[in-house]
Amino acid sequence: MAEVFVCKDVEMKDGDVRIVRQDRIEVGVYRYEGAFYAYRNHCLHQGGPACEGIVRGKVVDLYAPDKTFMGQTYDKNEPHIICPWHGWEYKLKTGECAPDPKLRLKRYEVVQREGGVYVVI
Amino acid sequence: MNVMTPIVRDPSQQPFDTRTLLANAEQQAIDRCYEDFMIIDVDSHHYETNSYKEIFDYIDDPVMRDQFKYSKGQTLHPRSTGGYQEMAGRITRYQHRATEQVPPGAPHRDIGLTRKWMDAIGVDVACIFPTPMLGLGLNPVVEVEVQYARAYNRWLTEKILAQEPRMVSMLYLPMNDPVAALKMVEEFGGRKGVVGFLITTVRYKPLYDNAYMKLYAALEERGLPLGFHSATNWGDQSMHISNKFIAIHALGFAWFNILHMTNWVVNGIPERFPGLKSIWIESGLAWIPFVMQRLDNEYMMRSSEAPTLKRLPSDYMREMFYTSQPMEMIGNQSMLQETFKMISAETQLLYASDYPHWDMDLPSTIYDLPFLSQQAKRNILGENARKLFKLDTLLSDDKKARLKARSAV
Ligand code: FES
Repeated sequence: MAEVFVCKDVEMKDGDVRIVRQDRIEVGVYRYEGAFYAYRNHCLHQGGPACEGIVRGKVVDLYAPDKTFMGQTYDKNEPHIICPWHGWEYKLKTGECAPDPKLRLKRYEVVQREGGVYVVI
Repeated sequence: MNVMTPIVRDPSQQPFDTRTLLANAEQQAIDRCYEDFMIIDVDSHHYETNSYKEIFDYIDDPVMRDQFKYSKGQTLHPRSTGGYQEMAGRITRYQHRATEQVPPGAPHRDIGLTRKWMDAIGVDVACIFPTPMLGLGLNPVVEVEVQYARAYNRWLTEKILAQEPRMVSMLYLPMNDPVAALKMVEEFGGRKGVVGFLITTVRYKPLYDNAYMKLYAALEERGLPLGFHSATNWGDQSMHISNKFIAIHALGFAWFNILHMTNWVVNGIPERFPGLKSIWIESGLAWIPFVMQRLDNEYMMRSSEAPTLKRLPSDYMREMFYTSQPMEMIGNQSMLQETFKMISAETQLLYASDYPHWDMDLPSTIYDLPFLSQQAKRNILGENARKLFKLDTLLSDDKKARLKARSAV
C-alpha cells in the first residue's frame, strides 16, 4: 500500500471529486460537508466509472399521516453517488449500494497532512 | 508507507468524451482479448433528431422539475412512447452527447460518434436503429409513417451505410401501409449495409393480416431476416394506469413482442414462410420461456384453433433468433442458464448492446457467463449474427492494432 497524493487541501472544495489513477486502480476521492471519502471507480454492475457520475440526494416519497402520497423530495443528508452508465446508486458516506446494502464500493482511506490530501491505495 | 505520484483528474473539468466514459469498457475488451474474434452488435442506436423541447424551471416539486428538464418535455406527453430514459440527468451521456467532438476524418458526425463507442466496447460491426422513430407506428396519419420512413431509409443508406462498412441496419417498414412496406423492400433490399428489415412492434395493426403476405414472401425470397423491435407506449390503454417509467419500460418492452410473437405463431406464419427468419429485439430473455410454456400448454388443449401448426409453439420459437439485451441478470444465474437452454442460445442468441441507451449491455455480459463454452460465447457475440446477415469477418482497426502489438512481443 502507498499513500498517493491527490491535491493540496485548498484545491478541493466541498462537493468536489478527484479521480486518482495508480497503476490499474482508479479511485474517486470526494470532499463532502468537510469530510473525505474515497471509493474504487468501478461499479459493481458492469464495471462503469461509478465516481464520474453526478451526486444527488436520495429520492424520498412523502406521505401524509393517513398514508396518502404527497409527492417526492431529495434527502439532503443522504447524498448518492450515481454511476453514469446505468444509474446504480451508492451512498456517498458508506459506499453501500442504495437498493442492495450487501453490495458495496471498495473503500479507501483518505489522509490529510501538511496541507495535502492523500489516498491510501 | 511510500508516497506515490499518480494521475489525478477532475471529472467536472473534462469535456464529454465517449472514450473516457467507456474507458472501463475498453479495459474489459483488452483484458478479455476481444481482438481474437469478431463482435457484432445486433441492436444499437443513434439519434435521428436532436430537436427536443426545453426546460421547465418553474415546477415546484424539485424531483418532477428534473424529470421535465432532463426529458426536455417528454414527461408532458404521457401518452407518447417516450419517457425519461435519461433518469433526470443521472445517465450523463444523454445531456452531453451534443457537445462531443468527433475525430477528424469521419465521413459523417453520426459515423464518428458511433465508431467511438464501438471501438471502446469492442464491437466490430453494429446494426444501427433510430431512436424516437421506434414509436412512429403509432402515428395516426399513415402518410406520415410512409414519408418519414422512406426519407430516413434514404438518408441512412446514402449518408451512413454507404460510407461505413462497420455499420449495417435492418430498415424500418411502414407497416400501416402494407403496399408501401413491400415497396420499401423492393427499393432498398439490395442496398449496401441493408441486412434485413424491421417492424417496430409498438403498433396496433395485426401482423398476421392477409395484406402482409406479399411482404413476407418478398423477404423470404430475398433471404432477408425480419426484426421485431419492441419499445414502450405509455398511451396504451393498459400501460396508461402506470405512473412510473420503470413500470412502462419493464413491461412495455417485453409486452409488445409477447403480443406479436403470440399472434405470429398461432396464425401459423412460421409454417407459411418457413424460410423467413425472425429476430426478436430488445425484450430481454425472461419473456421467452414464459411465452413458450403458456402457448405449449394452451395449444395442447386448443390445437383446433391453430391447425396450421405441425409442432408445438415452442418448437417454432426455438428456431427464431433473439437479441440479448437487456439481459435479466440479478441473482438468477440458474434461471438464466435454463433460459439459454430453452432458446438454444448457442445458435439463436445474438449479442446486442443497445448503446447509447440507458440500459445498455457490454459484451462482458455474455463473455463472463460461467456456463458458456468459449465457442458459445463467440457464437453469441458475433458468429450467429455473421452467418444470419451473411457478413464477411471484419475486425476493427483498433483490434487489428492490438493483434499486431501482441504478435510483436
Ligand atoms: S455499470 Fe454502473 S450502473 Fe451499470
